[in-house]
Amino acid sequence: MTLRLVLVGAVLVLAMLPALNRLPADSALHVSDFIVSVTGKWITYAILALAIDLAWGYAGILSLGHGAFFALGGYAIGMHLMRLIGPRGVYGHPVLPDFMVFLGYQELPWYWLGFDHFPFAILMAVVVPGLLAGVVGYLAFRSRITGVYLSIITQALTYALMLAFFRNDMGFGGNNGFTDFKELLGMPLNTPTARSALFYASLLLLLGALWLCSWVARSKLGRVLVAIRDAESRVRFLGYDVTQHKLFVFVLSAMIAGLAGALYVPQVGIINPGEFSPGNSIEAVIWVAVGGRGTLVGALLGAFSVNALKTWLTTVAPDLWLFALGGLFVAVTLFLPRGLIGLFSKAQK
Amino acid sequence: MKNLSLALGLLLWLALPARAQDAFTAALPGLAGGFGDIAASVEQLGALGDPRGLPVLRALQAGQLQKTADGRLLLPGNTDAATGQPADGAGAEAVRLNNRVRQALRGALGRLQLVSPDAAERGAAAEAIFRSRSAEDVPILQAAIAREPDAGVKARMVLALAAAQLVAPNEEAKRDAIARLGAAGTVEARALLIEARAANPSLVTAIDVSIASIERSLSIRRAAETLFQGLSLGSVLLLAALGLAVTFGVMGVINMAHGEFVMLGAYATFVVQEACRGIPWLAPWSLPLSVPAAFLVAAAAGAVLERGLIRHLYGRPLETLLMTFGVGMILQQGVRTIFGAQNREVTSPAWMQGTLMLPGGIAVTQNRLWIIVFGIAVLLLVIAAIRFTRFGLEMRAVVQNRRIAATMGIRTGRVDALTFAFGSGIAGMAGVALSQIDNVSPNLGTGYIIDSFMVVVFGGVGSLAGTLVGALTLGVVNKVLEPYAGAVLAKVFVLVAIMLFIQRRPRGLFALKGRAAES
Repeated sequence: MTLRLVLVGAVLVLAMLPALNRLPADSALHVSDFIVSVTGKWITYAILALAIDLAWGYAGILSLGHGAFFALGGYAIGMHLMRLIGPRGVYGHPVLPDFMVFLGYQELPWYWLGFDHFPFAILMAVVVPGLLAGVVGYLAFRSRITGVYLSIITQALTYALMLAFFRNDMGFGGNNGFTDFKELLGMPLNTPTARSALFYASLLLLLGALWLCSWVARSKLGRVLVAIRDAESRVRFLGYDVTQHKLFVFVLSAMIAGLAGALYVPQVGIINPGEFSPGNSIEAVIWVAVGGRGTLVGALLGAFSVNALKTWLTTVAPDLWLFALGGLFVAVTLFLPRGLIGLFSKAQK
Repeated sequence: MKNLSLALGLLLWLALPARAQDAFTAALPGLAGGFGDIAASVEQLGALGDPRGLPVLRALQAGQLQKTADGRLLLPGNTDAATGQPADGAGAEAVRLNNRVRQALRGALGRLQLVSPDAAERGAAAEAIFRSRSAEDVPILQAAIAREPDAGVKARMVLALAAAQLVAPNEEAKRDAIARLGAAGTVEARALLIEARAANPSLVTAIDVSIASIERSLSIRRAAETLFQGLSLGSVLLLAALGLAVTFGVMGVINMAHGEFVMLGAYATFVVQEACRGIPWLAPWSLPLSVPAAFLVAAAAGAVLERGLIRHLYGRPLETLLMTFGVGMILQQGVRTIFGAQNREVTSPAWMQGTLMLPGGIAVTQNRLWIIVFGIAVLLLVIAAIRFTRFGLEMRAVVQNRRIAATMGIRTGRVDALTFAFGSGIAGMAGVALSQIDNVSPNLGTGYIIDSFMVVVFGGVGSLAGTLVGALTLGVVNKVLEPYAGAVLAKVFVLVAIMLFIQRRPRGLFALKGRAAES
């Protein structure tokens, strides 16, 4: 009960941030632009953490490639944002984005068609990660690849995607990715209006995702997932189709991650293949581990606290950050198997 | 009769230099005359092929040849060019050059180098003639070939002769030259033949036959070189994956810090090299020395990691994975703090540098060849350690059945620590090999860790034979795909292929059978 109150309080505080940002700069309650944009970014991270927690904490699928789904969602919206630049690019080409003009493209590749429509881009931000997760998950779960093997396969997946997106002839901007976005849905980006709109959209998505995930977790499906996590063979012998259950939750998780990525990119204003790097995915996993997996709320707590620590440490002592992150991995797995949430629930008892 | 001919030959052999000497001294005075005389004399000296012309022409080219008022020529250090005796250099002035002389010098020096005492220089001269070729070179080359003791240099001269004969008017010699160029099978020979094809309509069929034979041998050579590159990449993967095969395959521990142990090994190599730098007789042997050093450093790190951390997480592989990833980060950042983020250079010792030419003109870089040898040696060592030592026996026993091994008096905890240290030590040795072909930087290991995991998964967990086959297959497939798809896409293809492959054989190429397979 206390937990729920804390959660509601936290959401209210978050919801007030953009409003406080509009206060005059000399007001005591004024919140800087930096805080708003950074918190908006963290919210999308928290959604990614939720997605990972659903797969790992409930179904025992430790994906080290969820960053790939996040980045794919980001690329989908990035393509839309690139199309919206229109003739305002450096080269002033009416249709082609700058990097395509630079690379000598004559016309838009077929897979860029449709991305000038916002609904289509959002749809792709969900469908593409979902499809990829569906194919990979089907192949992996069908041949009963579990545990660390699955982790390594998913890590290889995001690694392969990173290498692929680094290529210029993929048609996704290569090394530089997409940037210099101008506007979204008629709102010029980088204005307070756009910032708060994106912020509230992220917050809404976070609440929606939290509601969806906890609904799945509490349903009968969720209980079967927990059973699969704890004793996969036994569940299979009881007559449940383990492959389908795992596939469902993996695809759902990938779709949520894709949406999070779609909200992340307009807020940070850039997407490049670095988002696919295996390190990003595993960092997202540690958010969940720090917060406490299998609790959903723990994932949120972890995402916010680890990223707050990162933002603080990388400005104060950049060299220390990797030590701290590495130490977090060690400390959490050895001493805090249930994460920060575990501390609170122990205190409640 | 025999004695007579021998004596006659000896007489001729003695007379030959004497006659040359006459011509040599006769050609010299022109160098003290006007520009026209100098150029004529230079050409004469070049055509003579007398080795003593070489220092004279070199001095002339460098502007260090001096002439005295009475027409004698002095080399640097005041020796008489004709007699080789010390001479009085008072009042001498430098012989001056103009462009015509310089041009003559270039040709003459190129020809004279054919008689240089240095084999490498003779080879270079043959190469130069091969490129510049003219009909006048034919007799000089024929004379040089008759004298040449070094087989390698001789082969190059024969090629140069063929090139020169192609531009000479003799039809029969041309046919002969075309056949020889065809047998040489090099890109240069092909270019030469294609050039000659237009100029010699009567020889087109012979030239086409030769070109086709060159194309054939070139494609065989390309295939062999791709295979070699693939094998050398494969043995790098093998080295990186062998340690994983022990820790992951045998112990079931996912060690994401494995790449960092490789990196530690590479830095150990760097440290040993720096330590040996001050001791001249030791410096060339720093690399062999760093093999045990790297093994010990990485093994110690592995033992500490196992006893201190991993031990508490047995039976929880996902947590082990995350924890070791964190350890890897700390190691990386630690090394970055100590050694700096920039690349450190580990130089190859002289005996590992250079390129080896295998028969058939297949070029093989020595250090990659050594890596293949090293990889195989380490593999054999690992197999021997597991098969024939007490430690190997205990290790196999613990893998098969931990409890029964313990009741038989095996200290399983100690075996765990030793096994992990062993696997980590192998990673360290992989670092020694990698320091030869890659930059030694804190994130050296990250580039190889995913590939090594793929090797172990592909080859079959817990099987050293699978690791060998997996590593070499992945290496060769990567290199074979590269020309068609580019390095990056080749890697992507391989990753996708492995994922599809696991569909058919989820337990890898060399799956364990029997009871061990069930766990």
